[in-house]
Amino acid sequence: MNLTLKIWRQNSGKEQGQLVTYPVKDISPDMSFLEMFDVLNEQLVSKNESPIVFDHDCREGICGMCSMVINGRAHGPKTGITTCQLHMRSFKDGDTIVVEPWRAQAFPVIKDLTVDRTAFERIQSKGGFVSVNTGTAQDANCLPIPKDDADASFNAAACIGCGACVATCKNASAMLFVAAKVSQFALLPQGKIEATARVKNMVAQMDLEGFGSCTNTGACEIECPKGISLENIARMNREYLVANCKD
Amino acid sequence: MSKLDSKIPEGNVEQKWTKYKASVALVNPSNKRNLEIIVVGSGLAGASAAASLAELGYKVKVFCYQDSARRAHSIAAQGGINAAKNYQNDGDSIYRLFYDTVKGGDYRAREGNVYRLAEVSNSIIDQCVAQGVPLAREYGGMLSNRSFGGTQVQRTFYAAGQTGQQLLLGAYSALNRQIGLGTVDMYARHEMLEVVKIDDKARGIIARDMVTGKLERHFGHAVLLCTGGYGNVFYLSTNAMGCNATAAWKAHKKGAFFGNPCFTQIHPTCIPVSGDHQSKLTLMSESLRNDGRIWVPKKKDDIRKGNEIPEEERDYYLERRYPAFGNLVPRDVASRAAKERCDEGHGVGASRMAVFLDFKAAIDRFGKSQAKKLSIENPTPAQLKEFGKQVVEEKYGNLFTMYEQITGENPYEVPMRIYPAVHYTMGGLWVDYNLMTTVQGLYCLGEANFSDHGANRLGASALMQGLADGYFVIPYTIGAYLSKEIAVKPIPTTHEAFVAAENEAQAQINKFFAIKGSKSVDHFHKRLGKIMWEKCGMARNEKGLKEAIVEIRELRDEFWKDLRVTGKPDEMNPELEKASRVADFLELGELMCMDALNRSESCGGHFRIESQTEEGEALRKDDEFAYVAAWEYKGNYTYEMHKEELKFETIKIAQRSYK
Repeated sequence: MNLTLKIWRQNSGKEQGQLVTYPVKDISPDMSFLEMFDVLNEQLVSKNESPIVFDHDCREGICGMCSMVINGRAHGPKTGITTCQLHMRSFKDGDTIVVEPWRAQAFPVIKDLTVDRTAFERIQSKGGFVSVNTGTAQDANCLPIPKDDADASFNAAACIGCGACVATCKNASAMLFVAAKVSQFALLPQGKIEATARVKNMVAQMDLEGFGSCTNTGACEIECPKGISLENIARMNREYLVANCKD
Repeated sequence: MSKLDSKIPEGNVEQKWTKYKASVALVNPSNKRNLEIIVVGSGLAGASAAASLAELGYKVKVFCYQDSARRAHSIAAQGGINAAKNYQNDGDSIYRLFYDTVKGGDYRAREGNVYRLAEVSNSIIDQCVAQGVPLAREYGGMLSNRSFGGTQVQRTFYAAGQTGQQLLLGAYSALNRQIGLGTVDMYARHEMLEVVKIDDKARGIIARDMVTGKLERHFGHAVLLCTGGYGNVFYLSTNAMGCNATAAWKAHKKGAFFGNPCFTQIHPTCIPVSGDHQSKLTLMSESLRNDGRIWVPKKKDDIRKGNEIPEEERDYYLERRYPAFGNLVPRDVASRAAKERCDEGHGVGASRMAVFLDFKAAIDRFGKSQAKKLSIENPTPAQLKEFGKQVVEEKYGNLFTMYEQITGENPYEVPMRIYPAVHYTMGGLWVDYNLMTTVQGLYCLGEANFSDHGANRLGASALMQGLADGYFVIPYTIGAYLSKEIAVKPIPTTHEAFVAAENEAQAQINKFFAIKGSKSVDHFHKRLGKIMWEKCGMARNEKGLKEAIVEIRELRDEFWKDLRVTGKPDEMNPELEKASRVADFLELGELMCMDALNRSESCGGHFRIESQTEEGEALRKDDEFAYVAAWEYKGNYTYEMHKEELKFETIKIAQRSYK
C-alpha cells in the first residue's frame, strides 16, 4: 500500500505546531498502525531528520499509553480497539490519513503526538482507592459479593486511562474516566465507606484540572476502546448528588 | 568461601519465615519518617512495595518510564494469580503450591524462598479483594478459580482475561492513596541510568527526565529495583516496547551479581511473526490450551489450508507424545515440541514457522452439549456449529477478537496459527532471602530478580511473586538493613559519588551523539534479537553459543562505531532512550550466552541439545548443575561466575515427567 500521511508536528508545548505531509510506500496490510509509524521513523532517521514522537508501550491494547486521533477519530476508524491494535488492512491503497494528538486543554502537548495526561493521576490520588493498609484484610471469602455486582464493577474497572473519552468529547470532559473509577467502588461493599468523600474529591479535582462539562451526548462511550458504558456517568451523578445531600 | 550468602533462616521450611518475622530487627515509627527509599519501576512489585513501605511511614520516591505508574507491563498479564486458599476443597495446600512451583521450575529454585512465596500467597488475595479488585466470582458470591498448566488443583484467581490489569490497578490505587497523602513522590517519564554507591552501599540513583532530558540526582537510604524482565534482548517478545534491563544492568556493573541469566521462558501460544516489520509479539492466553487442540500436517511441506487437511493426515503431536498431560504440558515442553515439528518441515502458514491451534473439536463438543441443554432434538449441523461457537465466544471471545484483529483471519472458521515467543525471564539480579542484591542497600523485586521460579515459571505465578515481594516480603526484610541506618542523615546530592555517577551517565549520552554513524538503534536491536533467538533461544548448543558470543561482540563494536542517534540530548528523544537500552542489551545478551554455554545440562526453559534423553526430553544433570550461577562483573566485558549450591531438604529431587 502507498499512503499519504499528514501528521501533527510540534516541537514542544511552547512552540506552534503544524501538519506535515509524509508519503509512505510499500506498507503491508498486516502491519499495525504503529508499525507503519516505525517504518516512517526509520526513513526519517536514515535521512537524519527527527522521528515523530508518539506514546506507545504494550502494543496489545491494555496499557493505555497509545493515543492518536486518526482521521478525526480517537484511536482511528474502528471501534473497541486502541491505536496499537489498528491494522493497515483497515485502510485502502492511496488513502490520505491525518494523525493528530489528543486535543484538550487539560492534556497539553509535550511533543508531536505526545500529550501530558498527569491530570488523570491527580484525580486518582484524590479518591481512586479504598483506604486499606497492607496486611489488614480479612479472608477474601468473608465478604460474599453478588456476581452481577462484581462483573459490573469489573466492567467499569476495565478502563485503561488512555483519555480517548476526553479527546473525543466536544467539551473535553473527563466524566467517563472519573465515573468509571467511582463506579468500580460504588458497586462494591468495600468502596461504600468512603463513597461520599471519594466522589466529591475526585469531581472537585476534575473541575480544577480544566476538563469541560458533560452534556450526555455519549461520544465518549462510542470511542472508548474498552466499551466503558455511559451508565457509569449516571451512577456517578447519583453518587455525587447523594454525597452533597448528606452535607 | 563463597561470596554468596543466601541468608536462608535455619529450621524447617515451614518455620523459616515465621521465625524470621519474629526475630527481624524493627525500625521505630519516628525513625521511619527520616528514612528515604527509592523504588524504580511501578509494576506489581514496585507499586505494591512503594505503597506498603509508605504506609509503614518511610519516605518513598517512585520512578517509572511510562507517563503513569498504571502502565507498567504487569498490566498485560492475562491469565491469573495462584494462591493456596483451597477454596475449591480439592486438596490444595501451601505445601502443594510450594511443591508444584519447585517442580515446575525444574528444581533450580531455592526451597526457602518458594515456601515463603506459597505461604504469603493467601494474604495477597485477601489484600486485593479488600482494595476493591473485582476478581471473578461464582453466583453464590464467592471467588471463582480455574486451573492452569503444570498443576492438578484449581488455585488460580482471575478477572476475565485481564487479571494483571486489575491487580496492578489495585496496587496503583494503594500507591495513589499514598501520593495523595504526600508520603510518596511520583516521578513518571523518568528513566534510571545509574546507581549511586557511597562506601559500598547503594545511596541513590541518577535518573533522566524524559521530557526535558535533564539528568537528576536522587538520594535514598535504600534503592529497590522493581524493573521487570529483560525479554526484549530478543527484540521480538511479548514484553512492552519500553521494557528494558538498564536499571538492573547498571546495578550489575556496580557490583550486583546476575543470577541465571540464560533462564528464559518461551511461551508456546503466541501469534506468529507476519513479516520484517513486526515490532512485538502478542500472547494468546495459555487457557486456550484447555479446549484447543494443537496439530501439524503429517506430511512435510504441506501447503494446504488447515481445513483442507483431513483428520487422518493430522498429527496431534502433544497428545501423541504426552498422553497424560496432552495439550496441557508445561510451557517449556509445549514450546520445544512446536519448534521440533517446524524444524522437521511440518510448520504451517506462509512462514512455515507456526502450528495449528484448532477449536473445531471444541466447537462440536460444546455444540452438542448446548443442544442437549436446550432440549433440541436432532439439531442441524449449522445449529450445532452456532451453539458451539457461542460457548467458545463466552469463554474466549476477547482472545478470538484479538486474534482476528491482528491476523485478519476468523479463528471460529479456520484453525489459529501459533508459535512460541519470548515471554518472561526467570533469571535476574541475584538476591538473598531479604531480596537484597550483593550491593548493600540495593534490593531487587519481582521479575527483575532471579529467585523463585528456577528454570521455568508456572502460569499464574508471576503476579503472585511480584505482589508477594512488594506487599508481604520487603516491608519486613528491609528492616533488617534500615534498622542499622537510622543514624545516617540524608546525603546531599552534591556528594562526589553523585557527581561521578551523573558524569558517567552524561558521558554515555555524549558518546551516543558523537558517533554520528549511519544506522538506527532498531537496526542493531533487530540483529541482536536474531542472534539471540537463533542461538540462545528454545534450543541451544555449544557451537551456536560460541558463535553467538563472537557475533554479539562484533555487533557491539559496530554499534559503537556506526550508530546514529538523531535529535538532541535535552529534549524528549525516544531514539536516545532506545540507544541507551540497546547498549545494555548488547552486553547482557553476551552474558546470557556465556551462562547458557556454562550450563551444559537441560533444565526448564534452558534446553541444551547435547543433554537430552533418547526420546528427546530435557535431561537435567543434578550432580553437576544443582546451583545458581551468579555472575560478577569484572570490568571490560569480563565476568566471574560464583555458585550458590541449591539444597533440597524438603522435596525429593526427581526428573520431571508429563507423559
